[in-house]
Amino acid sequence: MTVITPNKNSFVSDVSGTSSVHNQSDKNTVFQTKDLNLWYGEDQALKSINLEIYENEVTAIIGPSGCGKSTFIKTLNRMVELIPVVKVSGEILYREKNILEKSYKVENLRTHVGMVFQKPNPFPKSIYDNIAYGPRIHGIRNKKILDEIVEKSLRGAAIWDEVKDRLHENAYGLSGGQQQRICLARCLAIEPDVILMDEPTSALDPISTLKIEELVQELKKDYSIIIVTHNMQQAARISDKTAFFLNGEVVEFDNTNKIFSNPSDKRTEDYITGRFG
Amino acid sequence: MKYIDAEQVQKKLGSRLVLNNLAKRLFFLATLVGLVVLVILIYRVVTDSIGWIDFDFLTSKLSTDAERAGIMGAISGTFWLMLVVAPITFILGVGTAIYLEEYAKKGRFQAFIQINISNLAGVPSIVFGLLGLTVFVRGLGMGAVVLAGGLTMALLVLPVVVVSAQEAIRAVPQFLRDASYGMGATKWQTIKNVVLPAALPGILTGVILALSRAIGETAPLVVLGIPALLLPLPDGIFDKFTVMPLQIYYWTIDAALVAEYANLAAATIVVLLVLLFLMNSVAIIIRNKFQKRY
Repeated sequence: MTVITPNKNSFVSDVSGTSSVHNQSDKNTVFQTKDLNLWYGEDQALKSINLEIYENEVTAIIGPSGCGKSTFIKTLNRMVELIPVVKVSGEILYREKNILEKSYKVENLRTHVGMVFQKPNPFPKSIYDNIAYGPRIHGIRNKKILDEIVEKSLRGAAIWDEVKDRLHENAYGLSGGQQQRICLARCLAIEPDVILMDEPTSALDPISTLKIEELVQELKKDYSIIIVTHNMQQAARISDKTAFFLNGEVVEFDNTNKIFSNPSDKRTEDYITGRFG
Repeated sequence: MKYIDAEQVQKKLGSRLVLNNLAKRLFFLATLVGLVVLVILIYRVVTDSIGWIDFDFLTSKLSTDAERAGIMGAISGTFWLMLVVAPITFILGVGTAIYLEEYAKKGRFQAFIQINISNLAGVPSIVFGLLGLTVFVRGLGMGAVVLAGGLTMALLVLPVVVVSAQEAIRAVPQFLRDASYGMGATKWQTIKNVVLPAALPGILTGVILALSRAIGETAPLVVLGIPALLLPLPDGIFDKFTVMPLQIYYWTIDAALVAEYANLAAATIVVLLVLLFLMNSVAIIIRNKFQKRY
């Protein structure tokens, strides 16, 4: 898995000469989308998306409501297929394999590409069983191994100290912020390669939000993270790259610093300065 | 200028309030009718059965002598019948509900099945009796045994179980399924580990209510030719049997010959009502205990 992909394509499909992130030869590509289009019935939600996501980076997806940012990350683990009327065209290469091929099993993909959802969604089970759910799904029955995974995952999500004495209590007894970290720990328990986060802090208070943001910084050492956020400050704080989506298109994709200090596209500038959206 | 004249309002207020009061009384009266009928009914059977229900009545076999007659046969028949009906309706009903809610593509085929299940729930029970007579009793040559009765009853209450299980499955929030799929679980793993545990209280409530309907059903068993005058107790699902509502039915008819049979019928009704009351209570307790967890 150490194939180095020189970036021949511009990151931005419809805006030329904007990319200053071409010299990325030290980083591996995790995801690459090629001319990705998606329709909900007759409505086109994603239009010719060409993006490249790198290993051990945080990539933020920003844009106004309905711009396709959530749809985009749900396409990366094919959760979008749970909606019956969805049609997809183009290619999504994950570690150089096209995950849109029929032969690519979603169960396999989702083991590598974990997801944290907008609303904390723990199972109505004990904290332990929530974390052990993924490993059990993948056939781990050994109690000792499960114990280890549970502790490691909860530590990874910085919630071990808060819950270690009540692992067998229902996860519904935790606060919203704690629940979201449980969901993150549950995601870590499947030992993913990539973590997708769909507005993970939008239902949380500022302190819980801060904790998640700190965690994201910590986790990017071991994982590649793609985070959808409607909070531009959040994107600016935690991400290395930012993609600005508008009406199903990528308007601009670049280093976060560049996007927030010197955007190439007028629409990006308008959006990040709060003139619309 | 004002459109609403305070004086006019004051003048009409009286009649508005009278009408308001009238409406309240009218609706209370409507409720009262059902309530009064129920009370009269219960009063009649309870007074008729006083002195007839005792331990001997529950544990004795049938007898032509009203003083010695008991409903042990009918109770054990009911028990065996439920032993057949419960697992069959549970497995078929929940299986159908899972298929319709989780697997079937929303389309014409699914809508067609759905409409048929709803219609099936409205088919008169005696028609199911005829079906059971044709298919199980005669077609498969079972005779009027527990298995034939149980299968007939299972088919009769199946739509109730399917519909309530469907509702329970539909009420499981999508975000729980998403969480499971998001970790690479298959559909079956998701159903088994997430959907069914969350839907189980609702499913059980439906099954219990369906069983309580099956316990009180009489017409299909009459058609199957289930006897009331039966001395030996059933020992298994291939034995002949009778059930409480049938016992009530025949005793009520024979009350023309022996007056005390009316008291026996009343006593059996009380036993049956208590049983139904208990089952419904359990269903309500399960429902309340597990309601609104999300």
